[in-house]
Amino acid sequence: MIVPLGHVLLFAGLLFVAGLAAVLLRRNLIMILIGVEIMLNAVGLVLVGASAYWRHPSGQLFALLLMAVAAAEISIALALVVYLKRSRGTIDVNRFDGMKG
Amino acid sequence: MATLLFYILAAIVLMAVLLCLTRNNPVHAVLYLVHALFGLALLYFLLGAPMLAAWQVILYAGAIMVLFLFVIMLIDPDLFEKKASRGRFRWLPVGFLSGALLACGGVLIMMDPLAAGGIVRYRLSPRAFGRALFDEYGLAVEILSLILLFAAVGAFHLGRRHKGKEDAS
Repeated sequence: MIVPLGHVLLFAGLLFVAGLAAVLLRRNLIMILIGVEIMLNAVGLVLVGASAYWRHPSGQLFALLLMAVAAAEISIALALVVYLKRSRGTIDVNRFDGMKG
Repeated sequence: MATLLFYILAAIVLMAVLLCLTRNNPVHAVLYLVHALFGLALLYFLLGAPMLAAWQVILYAGAIMVLFLFVIMLIDPDLFEKKASRGRFRWLPVGFLSGALLACGGVLIMMDPLAAGGIVRYRLSPRAFGRALFDEYGLAVEILSLILLFAAVGAFHLGRRHKGKEDAS
């Protein structure tokens, strides 16, 4: 391990907080999804760092599974974005304040 | 040297992420995000995961970001004319990030930290990666393929044009 695990965790935590801030503060749906992507990548970095720290392959394998789940999630989410744009005409999340279209 | 490279790459990735999240134009945000994901791939490589670094570039920086760009173009085709950024130094941040990432990649290739006796002691070769994946987590791979199938079916269903429901707002 070339750096202490704590530094990897700190860096991943910073990335996660940045993504979380984007999810909470931005109103554009695309930017919110980008924030989610950054949070998922921070988690992947933690998994790889743990794999290097304990010298066990499971961390890297779970990072690969995380990538596949992220791909599935993002394809559904982007389809939803297209659907919302088509049916409501906007992707500003503040405009989605009703339960029934 | 490898330790220093780790911190430099971490700083580059953090810079790219912060630039990405503060953009108003989603296309610019996605392009900065590609830089951040490529930097993360180099970090994976430094942490002894060459296979995962390759997947990060192919899957994330390639496929998912292209998907993002497709959807942005689909929902807002005249984005470029509307929000074209002005200013003489508008290429500066992205040029700096690209150059720094390329330089780090070049240094990585020169240094070859994953070679036998290199500085990275624990590394998982693609062969070991595949064996561990399909020996220990074969069931997880099957479940994952089902998840991807559901995602494809769901995306197809959502993307279909429903008759008469078009302007239901």
